[in-house]
Amino acid sequence: MLFPTTSSPQSPPRVVITGAGIITALGLGWKPNAAGFRAGRTAFRPVSLFDVGRQRAKSAAEVDLPAALPPTRLNAKQIARLDRAAAMLLLATHEAWRQSGWQPAENLPLVLGTTAGGMSFGEAYFRQAVQTPHEHRHQSTRAVHYQPQVQARTILEAFDSTGPITIVSNACASGSNAIGHAWELIRYGQAERALAGGYDALTELVFSGFDALQALSTTVCRPFDARRDGLALGEGAAVIALETLENAQRRDAVILGELVGYGASIDQHHLTQPHPQGDTTLAVMKQACATAGVTPDEIDYLNAHGTGTVLNDSSEAVAIGHWAGPRAATLPVSSTKANIGHLLGAAGAVEAVICLMTLREQWLPPETMFETPDPACHFPIVHKPRDARVNVVLSNSFGFGGVNASLIFWRWS
Amino acid sequence: MSRIFVAGLGAVSPAGWNVAALREALQQGEPLPVQTLARPGWERPLPVRLVPNPPMRPEFLTHPRLRRTSPITHYVVATALEATAGLRANANPGLRLGLVVCLQSGCVNYSCRFYEETLKDPATASPLLFPETVYAAPASHLAAVLGNISLASSLVGDPATFLQGLSLGAQWLEENRVDACLVIGAEETNWILADALWHLERPAILTAGAGALCLCRNSEWSAGVELAAITDAHTYSTRNRRTPAARAMREQLGAPASGRPVASRQNRKIAGRMPALPELLCDGIGNSPHADAAELSAWRDWTGPRLSPKRILGEGLMAAAAWQCVAACDAVAGEQFTAANVSLVGSNQQAIGARFVRAEARISHLSVGKAQGNIRS
Repeated sequence: MLFPTTSSPQSPPRVVITGAGIITALGLGWKPNAAGFRAGRTAFRPVSLFDVGRQRAKSAAEVDLPAALPPTRLNAKQIARLDRAAAMLLLATHEAWRQSGWQPAENLPLVLGTTAGGMSFGEAYFRQAVQTPHEHRHQSTRAVHYQPQVQARTILEAFDSTGPITIVSNACASGSNAIGHAWELIRYGQAERALAGGYDALTELVFSGFDALQALSTTVCRPFDARRDGLALGEGAAVIALETLENAQRRDAVILGELVGYGASIDQHHLTQPHPQGDTTLAVMKQACATAGVTPDEIDYLNAHGTGTVLNDSSEAVAIGHWAGPRAATLPVSSTKANIGHLLGAAGAVEAVICLMTLREQWLPPETMFETPDPACHFPIVHKPRDARVNVVLSNSFGFGGVNASLIFWRWS
Repeated sequence: MSRIFVAGLGAVSPAGWNVAALREALQQGEPLPVQTLARPGWERPLPVRLVPNPPMRPEFLTHPRLRRTSPITHYVVATALEATAGLRANANPGLRLGLVVCLQSGCVNYSCRFYEETLKDPATASPLLFPETVYAAPASHLAAVLGNISLASSLVGDPATFLQGLSLGAQWLEENRVDACLVIGAEETNWILADALWHLERPAILTAGAGALCLCRNSEWSAGVELAAITDAHTYSTRNRRTPAARAMREQLGAPASGRPVASRQNRKIAGRMPALPELLCDGIGNSPHADAAELSAWRDWTGPRLSPKRILGEGLMAAAAWQCVAACDAVAGEQFTAANVSLVGSNQQAIGARFVRAEARISHLSVGKAQGNIRS
């Protein structure tokens, strides 16, 4: 029953990650992405998916999808109905699934964050609907497969599983919220394991929206740089397999890291602008630390939301400064949006997997285009590739509408 | 496990801008008048049931955050203010309020307008429209209006997702992360949405609005209704189609087919003082034989009182799911039923059921229906 639930365990179980899949413009899967983030490579190129001739910005971080998707339980008809976003989600889930060693299940929760879901179907529906003479062909299919819950169902079916689906759409915090929600499901005894993540593809509507807001950089995306002039968009997906430590150890599974802290709240300041003092950011970082039982002194790396816009980065910088106190002077911070752009609903999930990479492989992802520190940043920006001792990491995500989220991961050794 | 009570209800529907209007329309039992929406480039208009203009301009529209918002945000704010009226009058000012907004189509008006502008010329597409296209926009605006939202989330899914939203709100209350939690289901009408519904369920008539339940743990704030159960999410798949999923939901909900509660000790306990009163089924049956088949099959044994708001109001997607819960709670609070069962057999994701029972009312702000004229026994 969703309510009343079985009584929460007196002591919440520890929750570990035993599978991770990641798709970005740096590559398909952990290995190429880890190599790219470790070296600080950037993946921007002229947009080819739609016409940007009349837009201010011309580039984004597009994913090169493979010619064929990996074999799953989906038939040819189901595969043909996957749009770009769902294909990336399938690829990320496939990697996480294989790595986890999980078997098909009847009651496997799937928690996903997205801002646009199957927007490409929605755009195609609109373009056809306004044409004359009217053509109804394929419109029913588009109307159904536009909906993210239908895409999520297809993903579960691909792995011969079923279970409750939750779609979180808190704008650019969605991916982190989805992981946090799955973590809570397990901690409060409602599930022993769950798949969680986020996905979003580049679409004309969204690109045009950020361009209209003049939020897109027309030069280079440089989060926290004094000369930053906006964000860059990207696309991708990431999915992680979460389960109780007890379950993972019983299976002798490889553990990639432990999720130990989560904080979430809402900034009421403005629909698109964060509070200048980063009050809500400060609150969620404190919440995440409180649930994790760690202090800022114990954080070895902070993966910032760091979009590259003037307002976001200055607000986040102030919040990090207040939260970290003296530790800020030595706390390594970077934003991997400098490498792959802002992945919107996928951002939090992709950045969670990057955090797992830093914990597993003991390096920090640099912003190689970073040059001039913003005076508001009282912390060092990682801008050159380097190895480091990384035991605890924190990841920030904020969204339009003001939902803020922070996740804290521990190294598993 | 904590007990979860309903502290207040709110509704905006084609019947009007409050729960009383919704109740009156359901009591009348007559399908509301149908209007039409023009569809660009096609002479045949689309049938819809529009939300009427409010009798006077709502005061909340003077809030600066609501200047450019689309109807869905207006509906969300109006239902939230109605559902929290009692709490705001009685609770302390430091109240921590949670917010879960559930949507299926969401902010479709501005999405269409912005994409239309983009197709014409992206260089002149309005930056004012784009932020209003995101699913999270109504929750954000409401948080700004109320000022005491400490935790918020927007969930997307088929209409049964509204009950997932209720369970999330109950979870936040149980974890003591909030003192009360608003759960809102909302939609707005637009020609493209009516067009999509025409493709998928031709007999259905699109409508819009919102419905809200304000949940609390403190029995002092109860408006006379308690959340007793929400079933599992019975997700559809190739092995578990809509009909078996709906049947599994109905079986798990365990409501007696006659609508007469079994006189067990447990039922007497949850039913409170009036175990002899019948139970109500508030279902999602509309006018689409194809869409309704699974739910009709699941409840074919039900002979007790039944209320089908969609037959009167139309297909309001997530808003319709919320109205079902509002109508169920309103009927229980009206002291005609010991319990009300809500059946939500969603269009493409899941079937979930819920059960609300009578609880002692501690605050009197909730005006409740004393007659349910359209309930078919």
